[in-house]
Amino acid sequence: MKINTIRYSFKQGFINIRRNLLFSLASIGTIIACLFLFGVFYSVVYNMKHEVKMIEDSLTVTVFFEQGIDEQRIMEIGNEIKSISNVETINYISSDVAWKSYVDDVYNGDMNYVQNIFGEDNPLEDASSYELTLKDISKQDATVKTIKAIPNVRKVNSSDGTANSLNSINKFVGYASLGLIGILLLVSMFLISNTITIGISVRKEEIAIMKLIGAKDSFVRTPFLVEGVMIGVIGSVIPVILLYFMYDGVVDYLAKHYNVVANLIHFVSTGEIIKGVAPIALLLGVGIGFFASLLTTHKHLHV
Amino acid sequence: MIVLDHVTMQYPTGKKALDDVTFHINKGEFVFIVGSSGSGKTTLIKLLLKELTPTKGEITVEGKRYSRLKRKEIPMLRRKLGVVFQDFRLLKDRTVFENVAFAQQVIEKSMKEIRREVPAMLTMVGLADQYKQYPRELSGGEQQRVAIARAMINRPDIILADEPTGDLDPKNSEEIMTLLDEINKKGTTVVVVTHNREIVDEMKKRVIRLKKGKIISDVEEGGYRYED
Repeated sequence: MKINTIRYSFKQGFINIRRNLLFSLASIGTIIACLFLFGVFYSVVYNMKHEVKMIEDSLTVTVFFEQGIDEQRIMEIGNEIKSISNVETINYISSDVAWKSYVDDVYNGDMNYVQNIFGEDNPLEDASSYELTLKDISKQDATVKTIKAIPNVRKVNSSDGTANSLNSINKFVGYASLGLIGILLLVSMFLISNTITIGISVRKEEIAIMKLIGAKDSFVRTPFLVEGVMIGVIGSVIPVILLYFMYDGVVDYLAKHYNVVANLIHFVSTGEIIKGVAPIALLLGVGIGFFASLLTTHKHLHV
Repeated sequence: MIVLDHVTMQYPTGKKALDDVTFHINKGEFVFIVGSSGSGKTTLIKLLLKELTPTKGEITVEGKRYSRLKRKEIPMLRRKLGVVFQDFRLLKDRTVFENVAFAQQVIEKSMKEIRREVPAMLTMVGLADQYKQYPRELSGGEQQRVAIARAMINRPDIILADEPTGDLDPKNSEEIMTLLDEINKKGTTVVVVTHNREIVDEMKKRVIRLKKGKIISDVEEGGYRYED
């Protein structure tokens, strides 16, 4: 396509928006609503995921061995656990370390007092273990099952309640937001399609002349594609700006007025949220605008 | 140049607009197609512009068989056909210059070419001084001149004029036909669909006469006077 034609298409695209200003504004408004909601849900889901990740990082799975197995076998079990794809880190806790940790926790590290009771014995002699962290806590059950199947593994301790609940809420919010956004995207496409259809009907005579004097389909179609894409771009930039200020404001407000919430939830920074939302919003806006225009022009431009 | 070979056009309503029409127009000819309303004249123009596809038969223009033409080839075909309508079909929100330039923009000519060629074409049709005016500021004859300039600007091989004098008074009609005659003398094939008896009789060109979709006469240097 020649520069002259590109310039013409952009000029006509803008003229189309201005001619059908009311419909263009309605389309832009719907995309703004849709993508703003997307941004809000994204922020909620992203923060929840962040929270889950922090909990996941703090959750550990402890693997105990059968009594009497030697150091060699413990190392082999360690290697087998390491080979499980969901295992992120593995740390060996010897019986001495376990006993010292126990004394620290229960007897405030008072070794003299403990020696008076137990002498030089280590009551946790057979309590050496591996402490693991997992990559994906939602797959914890399957991982624990795999570990339990390793010979000489006596017991696997895991705490899954909190993480599973958070994961369930996260999934629910994710699906609900996807559903709502899907509906809004369809409404946006419908409105853009209507705007383009009106633009085409206003320029029906001009389009008929164009086609009769030898315009290619692409030449006729491009101004409408530009119009759709411009509506999409405007409709995606505004909600990102709104979200930037709103997210910042809400986080600030919660931090100032609700200390409990602020202490409980570790909010993701505004920059990180916008970095995630902006490209998706732009892609969605441009995509909706482009495809709605493409489908509409394809339907109406047969002369 | 233009060949219609046993062309029949029947609309979905069942109405037969053209019935087994065959004729041949050579390069550089000036041909009138005449007939009363409903004789199939406008259908013929639409078929030549590939707006319609015949029910039967074959149309060949400049060696291109319409039945074998792909959709994407239609714009290229239409660039060889300049078209002039009874109601001018000018863009009302654009000046004379812009209306003519539009035909060049559509086929993606550069601004440099447009700035060079449009004034020359406006001079040819006698509207060089009115290039800034809008269609509403022009007479019917002047508007038709703009339409002819737009049809001619891309140097088509054929001009198809559908009732070009239909909305004009006798003086303007004569001027428009003189202009089309001049264009024809420079080598462009001109096909004029009309029911303007005076002009057809006066110009003494080939006349193909249609009646109820059939050719009832095809006469060199003919006229309405040859009516049966």
